Amino acid sequence: MQLKAQPYTQPDDLGFYGEFGGAFIPELLRPNVEELDSAFRQYCSQDDFKLEFICLLKDYVGRPTPLYHSKKLSKKYKCTVYLKREDLNHTGAHKINNALGQILLAKKMGKKTIIAETGAGQHGVATATACALMDMECVVFMGEIDMKRQAPNVKRMEFLGATVIPATSGSKTLKDATNEAIRYWINHPDAYYLIGSVVGPHPYPEMVALFQSVISQEMRSQLLEKTGSEFPTKVVACVGGGSNAAGAFYHYYQEESVELIAVEASGLGLKSGKSAATSFLGSPGVLHGSMTLLMQGEFGQVTEPYSISAGLDYPGIGPLHAHSIEEGRTKTVSVTDKEALSAAKSLSQNEGIIPALESAHALAALQHIEIKSNDIIVINLSGRGDKDMKHYIESK
Amino acid sequence: MNVFKKDKKQISIFVTAGYPKLDSLNEQLELLESNGIDFVEVGIPFSDPLADGPTIQATSEIAINNGMNLPLLFEQLHDRKSTLTIVLMGYFNPIISFGIDNFLNECQLLGISTVILPDLSIEIYERYYQAKFESKGVFPSFLITPESSNERILKTAELCKNSFVYLVSSNATTGGQSNFSNDRLKRYAKIKEICGNTPMFIGFGIQSSEDVEKVQSVSDGAIIGSAYLKAVGKGEEIEYLNELR
Ligand SMILES: Cc1ncc(COP(=O)(O)O)c(C=O)c1O
Repeated sequence: MQLKAQPYTQPDDLGFYGEFGGAFIPELLRPNVEELDSAFRQYCSQDDFKLEFICLLKDYVGRPTPLYHSKKLSKKYKCTVYLKREDLNHTGAHKINNALGQILLAKKMGKKTIIAETGAGQHGVATATACALMDMECVVFMGEIDMKRQAPNVKRMEFLGATVIPATSGSKTLKDATNEAIRYWINHPDAYYLIGSVVGPHPYPEMVALFQSVISQEMRSQLLEKTGSEFPTKVVACVGGGSNAAGAFYHYYQEESVELIAVEASGLGLKSGKSAATSFLGSPGVLHGSMTLLMQGEFGQVTEPYSISAGLDYPGIGPLHAHSIEEGRTKTVSVTDKEALSAAKSLSQNEGIIPALESAHALAALQHIEIKSNDIIVINLSGRGDKDMKHYIESK
Repeated sequence: MNVFKKDKKQISIFVTAGYPKLDSLNEQLELLESNGIDFVEVGIPFSDPLADGPTIQATSEIAINNGMNLPLLFEQLHDRKSTLTIVLMGYFNPIISFGIDNFLNECQLLGISTVILPDLSIEIYERYYQAKFESKGVFPSFLITPESSNERILKTAELCKNSFVYLVSSNATTGGQSNFSNDRLKRYAKIKEICGNTPMFIGFGIQSSEDVEKVQSVSDGAIIGSAYLKAVGKGEEIEYLNELR
């Protein structure tokens, strides 16, 4: 959190990263967002806040997560491959880093009720966990369709003490759950809205990226120890909204020698009409309070994306990624359902690590990128695959 | 000359273009004109209407499913017979998709001088869009809430001097039940005073003719949305309009 990495992580005064970002919000939401922004600026740079956050990450989450040298992948791709083991975090994914950072902020702000949106339920579970720990009331919005698809995570959230409210508007999935959370926030300004990725109005993208930046901060010191240099040649991460990628790229944006590769889900294929590869299929637009790349129809209606991985089927992408992709700093690769399933199986059977379907997309991307023998590649293994066992068993 | 400045208290109605039927708009405009409505807000339906409650969400969804889109809406407006003043209201994304320049050109051709873009903030408007809008004679109306600071209200009123200030009755999504208590009305009156020469209208949660009367007593007029659309949904808009008179 101490390293400041301009310009991709630091938006301008109105929250813009190049032409993307900002706070495109109705005036009704302005007081809420302003209160959040000033609390974020006030507390998050204070030493006691940082210390509390670091202690929680260490003692509660189990950080630092290992940087594991995968000999099998290294051999297969004839280079050096490391896995950043975010799957070993408490609750099984990187999402908890952000949930804890924001809940500490909510506590400083004197908030008692936390609201969140969730797609697959991973962010909902992380938020419910953080709320249980901090004695906060937790309300999670989840698309009615997602609640059926991800029933075990609904039960997990409820067991942790959260209330799960079905989003019944629109397409009844993640984007609608986000709409419902924002509407609820308009009507209940005393609540704290704990967003789950680097999306939403300024200052959310900046803040979530900062709370996830611990990932690349650890990578640097771990790589230094293992290779003698803090810098790999490539960092690879999957992108739904883009929070694990933002965390994995954060402290490398300024080091031009490090190639940053964002992996999007192309579902049944880029041209199939059943895809979630926003940077390939999207165009600039405004959703959930920020200008970004957006999957939309001819007349500007937001389209429902598809991916086998519930964590990647979001029609937008964090504005910092949209900017970095447009600038050519971040490269993008797309991976199909099938390729992800096969990469998940391969990692499970060769390394004894069952990755989340989202993270399996990052693994599968290795097939699509040019690799040299002196490459040192870090793959951000954003989460574990317990939640995806049904898909893995069915795909056998 | 500001067309929203009149010697009388006004009523404005919000309709969703393409609701209940794809081609309902022009019938609606004629009906509203013949019932003495002062101006109409025509809503451009969007898939993700953040500031709207269930009624307008539902009308937007129906309109989109009916096939409504911005090019078609402009076509329908070109064919209109009604001479009623029209304000276009819509979330920013369909407008970006249509192209801001194209959008402003169409507004100019149609004689539409005011638009309400609820998710475009004053700050972003000033930095990126104001010059463009004004060069085409299009002046947005911006929203304020009863909790807005006096400074914010003053700034909004200044920016809206060729259109009007849109005061939302309470800090809540559309279609809720507003409580027009005396304290509330006093706050509205204070806001009206701060707005000075800029017309100020109150909308969100206005349902009955009593609500309209209360709101009119402290503003230039009332804007009715969800309540009217509910009546349209039941085929009872004529009865609803009769009650307003
Ligand atoms: C394991 C895992 N990885 C990645 C994601 C995608 O989110 P983001 O792009 O914000 O990292 C999710 C979202 O649920 C997830 O659970």
